[in-house]
Parts: sequence; structure tokens; C-alpha cells
Amino acid sequence: MKHLLSIGDLDRAGIDEMLDLSEHFLEVTQRDIPKVPALRGKVVVSLFYEDSTRTRISFETAAKRLSCDVMSFSVGSSSVQKGESLRDTVQTIEAMGIDALVLRHSAAGAPHRVSTWVDASVVNAGDGCHEHPTQALLDALTLRRHLGRDLTGTRIAIVGDILHSRVARSGTLAFAALGADVTLVAPPTLLPSALDGWPVTVNHDLDSVLSEVDVVYLLRIQHERRNAALFPSLREYTARYGLTVERAAQLRKDALVMHPGPMNRGVEIAAEVAEAPASLITEQVTNGVAVRMAVLYSLLGAGVSLG
Amino acid sequence: MTAASRAGQPNDSEAAADDRTAGGRFVFRAGVLDAADLRRAHTRIAHEIVERNHGADDVVLVGLYTRGLAIARRIAAAIAEFEGVDVPVGALDVAFYRDDIGLRSVQPLGPTEIPVDVTGKVVVLVDDVLFTGRTVRAALDALTELGRPRAVQLAILVDRGHRELPIRPDFVGKNLPTRVGEDVRVQLEEIDGVTDSVELWGEDSQSREEGP
Repeated sequence: MKHLLSIGDLDRAGIDEMLDLSEHFLEVTQRDIPKVPALRGKVVVSLFYEDSTRTRISFETAAKRLSCDVMSFSVGSSSVQKGESLRDTVQTIEAMGIDALVLRHSAAGAPHRVSTWVDASVVNAGDGCHEHPTQALLDALTLRRHLGRDLTGTRIAIVGDILHSRVARSGTLAFAALGADVTLVAPPTLLPSALDGWPVTVNHDLDSVLSEVDVVYLLRIQHERRNAALFPSLREYTARYGLTVERAAQLRKDALVMHPGPMNRGVEIAAEVAEAPASLITEQVTNGVAVRMAVLYSLLGAGVSLG
Repeated sequence: MTAASRAGQPNDSEAAADDRTAGGRFVFRAGVLDAADLRRAHTRIAHEIVERNHGADDVVLVGLYTRGLAIARRIAAAIAEFEGVDVPVGALDVAFYRDDIGLRSVQPLGPTEIPVDVTGKVVVLVDDVLFTGRTVRAALDALTELGRPRAVQLAILVDRGHRELPIRPDFVGKNLPTRVGEDVRVQLEEIDGVTDSVELWGEDSQSREEGP
């Protein structure tokens, strides 16, 4: 595998292999010296056209723990401000000698396009409303560590702004590939107009699914993407789709709560719920570094043979 | 090329580091050690480790995945039996320290787990077959990041020669002259589910008379 652009680049066996490798790196990250020399001399560039805290730092931490050299490219202080095109920017960066390009862009498909322009491996760190494959892998790893390798029969509700969510898109594909039953829960205005081919069921009523699911995966209400009035107000959204303390009480005792961050506390998730023992939110972040180490190692170290 | 891509399933611990091209079918050449030989070999190595270190109090056995770990456990059991000391046994995975990452698919074999702090201890690295020495080189690097042992020693079940690095074992079960293209196959009951054995295998195309 040369690039990781979509979770669809991996089949079931490929996801399993990547998660197995991630478990090894999770062990590495728990050592006193959480670093191995595996990718010495490789150069990884993070190129983020959109704001990010955890994804960018997570990738850069992962690269450093593999002994890569890391270059960090901030669009805000770069020649992009002078009007340089994406193609010129990535070709300029590549001319400096790089092995992998971690790209976040607001345009769906940008990483795919870039992968046709450069020889370096391209990792999609989120492209518009399209995909976020490493988020899906880290979520799958987190679930697997709690529920076992095979998610057959596990019921997962993904709640919130499905329409704009690359997390939901990649997550649905990964969870379904591992055997889980995915239910998308959102008002009709926050769902894609067509869900043909998605391996999901749809429900507009969060309260009706709460008592049945093993996992509630909450999505962030994306203020920055909310130009159109898709719901009346944040209060109205929270009243119907927020995981409030009262709603959390309806969950099964062993149900798990996830959120990709950053959280809007008090909107899609109550602060008390985010900090409850059932919440896997910080664990997701920890697992993210291990998953990204596995992805970089697989792409740059001639690693797992992925189908 | 990976070890698994060759005919048969050679488990020579360092065969994968070798850049031989896959040739003909691998065939059995000779039995090297049987179950009783293996038992005597690890019992003797256990005695030698205790003798060299004037006891076993500071000794930590660190087995390399996969069969080195099994042998380390056997040596620990032997020491417990005749010396009455429970020597800690750790497991070391060296994949991320290898020098052939990028040349082939290098995958970890298990989690690194050392139950004690190795600083100040005598660490005995244990592996089944010593060949090029590259695995041991990687193990020394991996070990360095886990602490600063007082000394590091190397126990090997079969030394088959052909070193590519200045590494030599302290404790050897059996010195076995081999050709580069041959495979030393170690089978251990707890890993392979069959009776313990060490066998020499080689490519079909080579003359059988040139065995060990």
C-alpha cells in the first residue's frame, strides 16, 4: 500500500492487520522511552489547510516516535497566503525530499489528487466532508480493545451532523467492515440526501435507540460548516440529540460513549457524560498516536501486506 | 522475500534477514537434536549461566520472540529446579530495531514485556538460532532503551555460523556448521505442538552429500 486515502483502501483483513500492528505500537508508547528507530531518516511533512489540534499533533508525535524527521507546514504563515496553488505547494515541499505527506484539506478528494502529483506516500488526515481514515482506525482500535476483535452484533449509534462528517463516513465503513450494526441518528436536515449503499440503518429519534445500543458515538456540531440553518438552535439540538445526563442514564450499564473531539460541552455531550467512566474519549486520543504509527510504518517501512 | 514465502516453513530465527533468493523446494537433510538432546542442552546452558554468574540472583533471562522466549522459560524452569531461584523471564520483540526495515516486511511478533528493571542486572539474551547476528544486534539496541544492565550475555540453542557482525554467544547448545542456503528448523512443543527437534533442511537442487 502506497497511500492511505480512504478507509476503503483496506479490506477487513487489512483493517485487522493495521489494528494488530497498532497494538504493538501502543505497547511502545507505554515504555519509559516511547520511541523506536524503525523509520530513521524518513521525512514526514504535515500539511494542514484546516485547523487541527489533536490530529496534527497526533501524527507528528507518531512520526517522531518512529524516529522520522518531521516538517510542519502551516498554511497561515506560508506562500499559500501569496496565492500558491495546492499543486505548486506540494511539489515544492516534495522537492525538499520527503517520504510522506500528511494532508488535511477542506476539499473532498484533495489527498487523492495530491497522490497523483507526488512520489511520496500521502495520508489523508481529513478531506472536507469526505473521509478521515485514521480517525476510523483509532476508533476501531478503541472499540476492539473493549469489545474484542470481532464486532459482529455490536450496535453502534453515530449521532449528530452526519451530513458534514468525514468521521461518520470513515467510521461507518470501518465499523461495518468489522461486523458492527451501525445506526445513524440525526435530524433529516443533517443526513445526506441519499444513503444508498451505506451499510446502515437510520433513525431520527435518539431516545428510541439509547437503551438498545452498545456504543454511542457523538459527532461534533460543526459551527464552521453550518452556513445553512439546518436546525433551529443549539438549544433545540441539545434538547433532541444531545447526550445529556438524563439521556445517559437510559443507556445500558456497559454502554460506551465516544466522541472524536473537539467537544462542544453542553451541546452534543454533557460535560458530566464526557468525564464518566463509560467515556472513551481520552483513550481515543491515546490510541490515535499508536494507529498513526502503524499507518506510517506500513506506508514507509514496507510493512503489512494490505489487500 | 520473506521466510514464509519460501517452500516449507523455515523457522530459522534469522533466515528472514538473509537475502537468498527463493530457489527449489526445501528438503530434510539431517536431524541435529532430538527431544532428549534439547533437554540436555538447555539444562547444561542453565548450569553454565549459574556457574558463570556465581549464582542466579542478579540474572534476568530475556527471550527473543518466538522460540527464544520458550527456551528462556525452559532455562528458568531448570534453574528453579536445581538452584531454587526463580529467575525473571522477559520477552523482547526486536522488529522495530532491525536494520532491514524497508527491505522486507518486518512485523512485530509479540509485546515486549520485561517484568523487572534490568538496570544493574545481568541480562542473558536467549534465542534459538544464531546466524548473521543481526537479530542480536537489534536486541542489544532494544535492550539499551529499557535500562542499563551490568552485563549482557548471549545464550543460543544452535550456532550455525555465517556471522555478519562481531557478535559471539556466551552459551551454546550446539555448534552446527551449515551452508548459507540451508535452514535450521527448530520445533518446540509449546510453540509448534510437536515433539521437540532441531533439523537441517536445504534446497532440493543441492547435493545431499554436502550436508553437515
